[in-house]
Amino acid sequence: MASEAHGAEEGGLVFHPMDQFIIKPLFGGDTIHWYTPTNATLWMALAVVAVIILMVLGTRRRAIIPSRSQSVGELAYGFVYKMVEDVAGKDALKFFPYIMTLFMFIVFANFLGLLPMSFTTTSHFAVTVVLALLVFLTVTIVGFVKHGAGFLGLFWVSSAPLPLRPVLAIIELISYFVRPVSHSIRLAGNVMAGHAVIKVFAGFAAIAVVSPISVVAITAMYGLEVLVAFIQAYVFTILTCVYLKDALHPSH
Amino acid sequence: MEGQLAHIGAGLAAIGSGAAAIGVGNVAGNYLSGALRNPSAAASQTATLFIGIAFAEALGIFAFLVALLLMFAV
Repeated sequence: MASEAHGAEEGGLVFHPMDQFIIKPLFGGDTIHWYTPTNATLWMALAVVAVIILMVLGTRRRAIIPSRSQSVGELAYGFVYKMVEDVAGKDALKFFPYIMTLFMFIVFANFLGLLPMSFTTTSHFAVTVVLALLVFLTVTIVGFVKHGAGFLGLFWVSSAPLPLRPVLAIIELISYFVRPVSHSIRLAGNVMAGHAVIKVFAGFAAIAVVSPISVVAITAMYGLEVLVAFIQAYVFTILTCVYLKDALHPSH
Repeated sequence: MEGQLAHIGAGLAAIGSGAAAIGVGNVAGNYLSGALRNPSAAASQTATLFIGIAFAEALGIFAFLVALLLMFAV
């Protein structure tokens, strides 16, 4: 992208922290149509394949004493199940398959993106915005189907004094519509910023004097990114649960 | 000239990340002090902790987004 200017300022140092996010067609050519297989679609498909390998093939035998892959699958299932039950309530459990799918896809896309030379699909707003918009639409539709016009009570804070309520209603309305924005940008921004920082340190490794520091810094940042990859998937899922709880129980 | 001003603006927008850091630190620190006073209640509040951190962090991410837009879109 616009990184050439930085390279010139660093005294000829080649410095392309954002180049890892460029989408390229897999089989050559320059034009990208909606059906063109690109590196983004490849790594998204690989994330889906990884989820299938863990959750379908790994648990196929269903032994009482679980194999390693089965216990990891059970751990993931129990983790998300408990999260939905605790945060969104018992009646939200019919949305558990959707939330489980979201969590597994994001966590695997994040971890696959941490492999060297791979492509991080969740660092693209196009991917996360679709995920967040689907959550937003689902939650809004569920709210209106379940409560009808009563869902609008979410914006009418009945515990506040009467003169304050219209002001609060406007604030609540804005915060409701900002939800998909913050929901998607939080995931993409965190992942993208972390990967860009790793690449910035990798650029410094070309200078002999600071290269040991930079290699140590890359290692430390990588450790942090492993943590961030999981925590951001967790945060995305738990916020989905919170929004779902708001839709199912809109009273304040 | 305008491109350089955009870079200055991007640097100013990055201050927002520091403000978000203060917010996240506040949430985590208060959680820790509460958790050390009453460790038995700590485990049930980790979900709330992460939700609070996520909300505090969102505004820092917005600042980061403004910086990115200034760097690459203006």
